[in-house]
Amino acid sequence: MDHLDVLESRTIYILREAFNRIDKLAMLWSLGKDSNAMVWMAKKAFFGYVPFPLIHIDTGKKFPEMYAFREHYAREWGLDLRVGDCPPVEEMDPTLPPAARSAARKTAGLRAMLDREGYDGVIAGIRRDEEGTRAKERVFSPRGQHNTWDFRDQPPEFWDQFKTDFAPGTHLRVHPILHWTEIDIWRYTQRENIPIVDLYFAKDGKRYRSLGDKDITFPVDSTASTFDEIITELKQTKIAERSGRAMDHESEDAFERLRADGYM
Amino acid sequence: MNDVSTYPLQSNLPLKIVIVGHVDHGKSSLIGRLFHDTGSLPEGKVEAIKAMCERRGMPFEYAFLMDALKAERDQGITIDVSHIHFRTAHREYVLIDAPGHREFIKNMVTGAAQADAAILVVDGRDGVQEQTRRHAYLLHLLGIQQVIVAINKMDLVDYGEARFQQVAVDVRDYLAGLGIDLQHTQIIPVSAREGDNIVEASKSMAWYEGDTLATALDDFQPPLAPLDLPLRFPIQDVYKFDERRILAGRIESGHLRRGDVLLFSPSGKTARVASIEAWNAKEPVLAVRAGQSIGITLDEQLFVERGDLASLLTNPPMLTNVFRGRLFWLGRHPLVPGNRYKMKLCNAEFPVEVEKIEKVIDVSDMGISTGDSVERNAVGEVVFRARRQIALDPFESNMVTGRFVLVEDYDIVGGGLISMDGYADQRAGQTVRATNIFRVEHRVPEEERWRHNGHRGGVLWMTGLSGAGKSTLAFSLEQYLFRKGYQVYVLDGDNIRHGLCSDLGFSPEDRVENIRRVGHAAALFARAGFLVLTAFISPYRSDRDRVRALAPEIFHEVHVDADLSTCEERDPKGLYAKARRGEIDDFTGVSAPYEPPVMAELRIDTTHNSVEESVAILSDYISKNFAITPH
Repeated sequence: MDHLDVLESRTIYILREAFNRIDKLAMLWSLGKDSNAMVWMAKKAFFGYVPFPLIHIDTGKKFPEMYAFREHYAREWGLDLRVGDCPPVEEMDPTLPPAARSAARKTAGLRAMLDREGYDGVIAGIRRDEEGTRAKERVFSPRGQHNTWDFRDQPPEFWDQFKTDFAPGTHLRVHPILHWTEIDIWRYTQRENIPIVDLYFAKDGKRYRSLGDKDITFPVDSTASTFDEIITELKQTKIAERSGRAMDHESEDAFERLRADGYM
Repeated sequence: MNDVSTYPLQSNLPLKIVIVGHVDHGKSSLIGRLFHDTGSLPEGKVEAIKAMCERRGMPFEYAFLMDALKAERDQGITIDVSHIHFRTAHREYVLIDAPGHREFIKNMVTGAAQADAAILVVDGRDGVQEQTRRHAYLLHLLGIQQVIVAINKMDLVDYGEARFQQVAVDVRDYLAGLGIDLQHTQIIPVSAREGDNIVEASKSMAWYEGDTLATALDDFQPPLAPLDLPLRFPIQDVYKFDERRILAGRIESGHLRRGDVLLFSPSGKTARVASIEAWNAKEPVLAVRAGQSIGITLDEQLFVERGDLASLLTNPPMLTNVFRGRLFWLGRHPLVPGNRYKMKLCNAEFPVEVEKIEKVIDVSDMGISTGDSVERNAVGEVVFRARRQIALDPFESNMVTGRFVLVEDYDIVGGGLISMDGYADQRAGQTVRATNIFRVEHRVPEEERWRHNGHRGGVLWMTGLSGAGKSTLAFSLEQYLFRKGYQVYVLDGDNIRHGLCSDLGFSPEDRVENIRRVGHAAALFARAGFLVLTAFISPYRSDRDRVRALAPEIFHEVHVDADLSTCEERDPKGLYAKARRGEIDDFTGVSAPYEPPVMAELRIDTTHNSVEESVAILSDYISKNFAITPH
C-alpha cells in the first residue's frame, strides 16, 4: 500500500462506520475537489453506490461552471441530490464582517435543511491542514442543540473508536478526510482520474485554489494548468489554501465564530 | 497473478511524532529548535522574534517561535496547532501537538494514539518527574514502542556526563519497569536553547558519541501493517445493495485470498471466500492484506453480522467470557466492581461487568495497591466478565484485536489492553470435532434406574480452593452414603489425572480440557443412575457452567468455601508453600484466578464447620434432593 492507499483505506473505514452507526445520514457536497474525492471514496466504500443523500447548500452565488458540474455528475454518479436554499444576507448576524456575514447564509441554509429533513448526522469534507480551527476537529464531532461546536471540550478519540453514542437531540458531523492534506487530495484526484471543476486550473495567469461564492472567492496568481503543475506549485507555496476566501481573513476570530456556530 | 508479494511494503507517509514530558521541561523549545535547525521555518522568522525580544528586553527563547507560528497560522502559513509538518534531510514528519492544560490526559490520549513514535523530554536538572512517568506510562499503554528520551537543558548542568548518566539511569529503570524494550530507546543529552545534539552534534559534550535527535528520529521505522500475524478481519457491516451480499471491513492483520476458508468467531461458522469485491477495479482482486478496507462475498449464505471476527482455520482468535484489562480511566465517575459498561473491541460491542479490580497502579511511582476503585486519569488492572463468548487476542499477540474501549452513558471513558494470563482460551471446550454422531435411545427408562437404586442419579460438583476440603468431604460422604445403600462414586484428581487426563498439565487450556472430560464422565455416571461426587478446584466459572449445561436438571454445584489463609495454613500437600516460592506456575489462589460460584446450589463453609458438621449438611441436602425412598 502506498501513502494514498493508506489514507483512502482510513476514509473508507470512517464512511462505513458513519453509515452503520448513524440512522439518518447525509453527505455535504460543495462541488469542490475535496468533496468530489470524498464522493468518489464513498462509491468505493459502498461498491458503486452512495447509500445516503448528497446535500448541496446553494447560496445561489456559485460559479456557472459549478452548477453545470453538479447537474452532470449528480446524474452520472447516480446521486440522490438535495439542494438546500439559503436565507437572504439581511437575516444574518449584523455584527459579523461582510464576507463572513455572507458566508453565514450557508450555515443558516444547512441548519434549515437539517431541521427540515431531520438528519442525525452529516458528512463534511474538511481537512486538518486547511485552517487552524479545523485542525482541532475530531473525526466524529458532536454538535449541540443548534449545531454549535464546543472545541474546548471534545470527546477522546483513539484507536479508530469513535463517539457513536449520543443523547437524544445530539447532532453529528463526520469528517472522513480530516487526515488528508491539500497535496494528497490533488495526487489522489490525479491518480483516480476524478472529475473536477476546471476553475482549479490556471487561465490567464490566475486559478482558484478553493471554490466558494463568486462574490467572496478570489483567484490566486498561478500558471499551473495541469495536475503536475498544481502539485509542484503547492510544494513551493507559502500562501494558505483559503487565502482567496475572504471570510477567513476579515478579523482574527471571524472564521472561528462561523465554525463554532456550525459552519463546516 | 496479483499475488500479495507484489504489493509495495512501505508507505511514504510522513512519520507521526508526539512530544510529551513534564511541564516546563522544554517541549516547546525543543520543537522550536528542531524546526529551526531542520530549516522548516519560514524565512526571517527567527530574526523577527529576536528583534521582538530585544525590543522588550527579554532573552530569546525558541519556545516563542511556536507561539508566534500558532498566532500566525491563519495569516498565511500552512501550519496548525495540532499537526505541524517538518522534514529532515531524510524524510517528512508530522508533529502532533498534545496541548497541555485542563483535560490534558484526554487530549494527550487522542493525540498520542495517532503517533508512530514519541519524544519524551526530561529536564536535566529536575530529572524524572511525576508527569514524565505518567506520560511514559500512557505511551506504553497506547502501544507506542518507538521512544526517544531527550535529556534537555544540558547547558544548565554544565554539560556534565555524570548528571546525564544519573538521569538516564532513572529513566531506564522506570521504562524497564513498564516492560519497554530499551534496545529501541535512545537517551540523548540535548540543549534546545543552544542547539546541542538537535541536528548538529554537540561540541560541548564530546563525551557523547551517540545519535542526535534528528538522526535518532530518522532511525525510526515507518509504521507497517502487521502482515506477519494471523489473519484478523473484523466484520464492520454487511451490505446488500444489489444481488451481492458483501461483508465489509478492514483487515487488521495478515492476508486474505480468494478461495480461503474463513472461520467466524464467536459463532464458529465457516465458509469460503467466493470473491473479493472492489468498485472501479481494473482486474479481479485475488488477494488483500492488513491495512486495506475491503469487501468479500462467501460461497454460502451464512448469518454473519457486524462485530464478528473472521480468521483462517489455523491460528484463530481466543474465545472467552472473562479476561483482564490494563486500562486508563477517563470517566468522571470511578470504575468500581459491579459496574456495567459497554465495551467496544474492533467492531464488536457488548456489555461487560467489572468483576474485580486486581491492581490500582500509581503511575507516578509504579506503586501497586489493591484499591477498590479506579479514579479518573488513573491506571488499573481489572477483570471483566461478558455475558457471551468474545473473540479476542491478548494484546501481546495482536495490538488491534487485543485492545478495547469502554463506554458509559454516551461517552468513551477508558481504554485498555487485554491480558489472558491465567485465563483459558475457551474455544477448545466448544469445538465439536466429530459430527454425525447420534444419541442412542436406551430401553431402560431413567425413572426405572432411579427406582431400582432408591435415589436419583446426579452430580454433586464440589468446587473450591486447594485445601478447602473437597476431597476429604467427598470421600467421607461417599463412605457414609454407600453404607446407606447409595450407588455413589467419587471422581477426583487422583483417579482422573492418572488415567483419563494423564496427558494434561495445569495450563489454563489444559485445566479447561480436564474439567470438560470430567464433566462428561460425571454426566455418564449420573445417567447410569449413580450419584457422582466430584472434587476438583475447577476455578473457571465458564467451565462449571458448561458441565452444568451437559445435564442441567441433575447438576448441583457445591461451593466448598474456605478463605485463602485457612487453606494456606492447612496446605495438606505443601503446594501453597511451593507456589509462594515460585516453584509452581499457575497455582489457583496464588498465581492463577479462582472464580467463586455466583449461584451455587449449596455452600459449605469449611473455615468454621468441622468435617463431621459439613458431611451432615451434605447428607441432609442429598436426602432432600436425591432420595426417592427413605433410607
